[in-house]
Amino acid sequence: MSRARQRSRATAALCAAAMLTGLAACGSDSDKPQLNWYINPDGQDTLAAIAERCSTDAYDINIQLLPASATDQRTQLARRLAAQDGSTDLMSLDPVFVAEFANAGWLEEFPDDVASQVVDDDVLQGAADTVTWEDGVFAAPQWANTQVVWYRKSLAEAAGLDMEQPVTWDAIIDAAADNNGTVGVQANRYEAYTVWINAMVLGAGGDIVSNTEAGRDAQVDIDSDAGRAAAEVIAKLASSEARQPDFTVSNEGTSLGRMFPEDPEAAGGAGEFMLNWTFVYKNYEDSVSEEEFADLGWARYPQTIEGEDSRPPIGGIDIGVGAYSQNTDLAMEAAVCMTDVEAQTALAVNDGLMPARESAYDSDELQEAYDPSLLELFRVSIEEGGPRPKSAFYSQISSAVQSVWHSPAAVDPAVTPQESSEFLRDVLDGRRLL
Amino acid sequence: MSVSTAPAATKHRKEPVVLSDRARAENRLGMRLVAPAVVLMLIVTAFPMLRALYLSFTNYSMTAPDSSEFVGASNYVTALTDPLFWQVTGNTVFIMIVTVAVELVVGFAFAMVMHRVIFARGIIRTSILIPYGIITVVSGFAWQFAFSNNNGFVNAWLPFLDDSFNWFEQYGSAISAIMVSEIWKTTPFMSLLLLAGLATISEDMLEAAKVDGASWWQRLFRVILPNMRGAIMVAILFRALDAYRIFDNIFVMTAGAQGTESVSFLTYRQVIEQFQLGIGSALSVLLFLSVLVVAFLIVKIFRVDLGAARQES
Repeated sequence: MSRARQRSRATAALCAAAMLTGLAACGSDSDKPQLNWYINPDGQDTLAAIAERCSTDAYDINIQLLPASATDQRTQLARRLAAQDGSTDLMSLDPVFVAEFANAGWLEEFPDDVASQVVDDDVLQGAADTVTWEDGVFAAPQWANTQVVWYRKSLAEAAGLDMEQPVTWDAIIDAAADNNGTVGVQANRYEAYTVWINAMVLGAGGDIVSNTEAGRDAQVDIDSDAGRAAAEVIAKLASSEARQPDFTVSNEGTSLGRMFPEDPEAAGGAGEFMLNWTFVYKNYEDSVSEEEFADLGWARYPQTIEGEDSRPPIGGIDIGVGAYSQNTDLAMEAAVCMTDVEAQTALAVNDGLMPARESAYDSDELQEAYDPSLLELFRVSIEEGGPRPKSAFYSQISSAVQSVWHSPAAVDPAVTPQESSEFLRDVLDGRRLL
Repeated sequence: MSVSTAPAATKHRKEPVVLSDRARAENRLGMRLVAPAVVLMLIVTAFPMLRALYLSFTNYSMTAPDSSEFVGASNYVTALTDPLFWQVTGNTVFIMIVTVAVELVVGFAFAMVMHRVIFARGIIRTSILIPYGIITVVSGFAWQFAFSNNNGFVNAWLPFLDDSFNWFEQYGSAISAIMVSEIWKTTPFMSLLLLAGLATISEDMLEAAKVDGASWWQRLFRVILPNMRGAIMVAILFRALDAYRIFDNIFVMTAGAQGTESVSFLTYRQVIEQFQLGIGSALSVLLFLSVLVVAFLIVKIFRVDLGAARQES
């Protein structure tokens, strides 16, 4: 190699090195680690305040916004984590994603000392159940969601239904049908339909699947008396006068308007019994007259079988720490702070996102913002609620159930649970497409 | 075959003898210069394809990486024996045939306009080509709003339809809306390719036909179209392959509801929504193969036609 060529190579190498150090210098204006926290759009302002409060001298928490739909949130996080992205430090996770992500190796397991802080005796059982996978704790519950029966007191009165006592699905469907009322549910072909079916199957003492930690080899249990009991409720509502006009495509939002219709005559209703999440209270508080609001009642999720305790659905958000994060220790420290009682109380008061910690329910702010009996109902529902199947294949299980059980108008207790069981088995074994 | 390979082999053997040292050195330099590009191409194209092929023989799921097993051809068996696969394939072929047929006719009309227009040629050509410049997802959203029964204009424009008619509620109307968006978006591309074909036809030939007393239709079917076979084949081939891979419009307008899924969409759902890379890869390999089949069939059909045309003349 000629000397001239050697010289030019050396110069090029020097230039490259200079550029690299220049870039590195740009990237490290401050040595303080920046933790990225991917949040979903609920309660952004409060979450920003929590991020600021939980930032310390050792690190700053930066908020990154995820898309609005749960499916898109899951896809975006999965894309980053599958690519072993080191900048995904903290993430807000829907409870059903925890098992999937933990099993994929995308979530850092919380060491015992941290785990005992984020899932202590103060955390409600239903919420605590959502963050464990194969005996390890993989996330910290930040807020919890649950469903209750929202109803018009006048409608229940007209039907002679004592809502102080546990009610059954049969009772509210009959009461609504006989009194010009309706029953609002989520029966479109989407995730919330699985939530409804799952809650009813759990309420009848069964499971959609069990031994879920076996992955594809999980046991499919939906073809059971519990599965048939759930199918009976759906079939009964589908053929009842209490069915809402958009029954087969109904979602969380569509039945809201039927509780206090602008024109009750035209809506043909005296209101409804609506199964819906906790946000309903704040929704009506701001949008209906005082008189109407005083007529709003709430009760525990209906029993599938009379005398057997219902298992209300559990939702909410858990905070996970990315397995490829450069600062997992700091991220866990941040997760502990982000899920403390102060943070959970703020989310509940400002945004109607209910606490996963029992002590938050006793705080003065919360007692002031909500009716105490409603707070107690939420607390008990979360404590005694039932999770959706915790499986690395949850998405497939959910889609397979929807595929057979939709349309709800075609659900037949004698056929649907069995068909659903066979299809689910085939899907898990890779013999059918979804 | 042996007859055709023998001279090539002989020629190949002779080459080194003919080449000078300088030419050989240049060849070597050339090879060294293209080597990085070749390696890069292999990494970015061959590697993912081979990886997809490998994954298609496993039941790999992103959420259960430890339980991944080699399952042989079972993913292919599952896909090819599942009615869902054939339903989406039928759907895709239907969309391909209808959109390409409509685009061919409309695109040809546009090409004639662009070719013959004398007045405001630039503006007319540009306005015909505008839809093709719009991103497919954007045009999907635009047409979704247009067909919406809340704020769309389509229901208001069609007197035989009720204003509350929901286009996306049943298969027939939903797939029509998707195809309208697809046709609107890609007809300009078709007409651009056909315009290139039109430009190659000599005016003398048309003039001669006119002098011989051929009518406008006769000139179109006897002179213009036969001479454009090459351009038409390219246009149909490009658009058919494109249409077979339809994804964006379905994703935006129905998300696959009411049975409007295409093969690409089914593959997307397995891989991105369900994280099932095994069966998803098998589907993408099947998609790749079916695109090859479509290409082969189109080339084959047109060759036969070209041969027949030659015999006629």
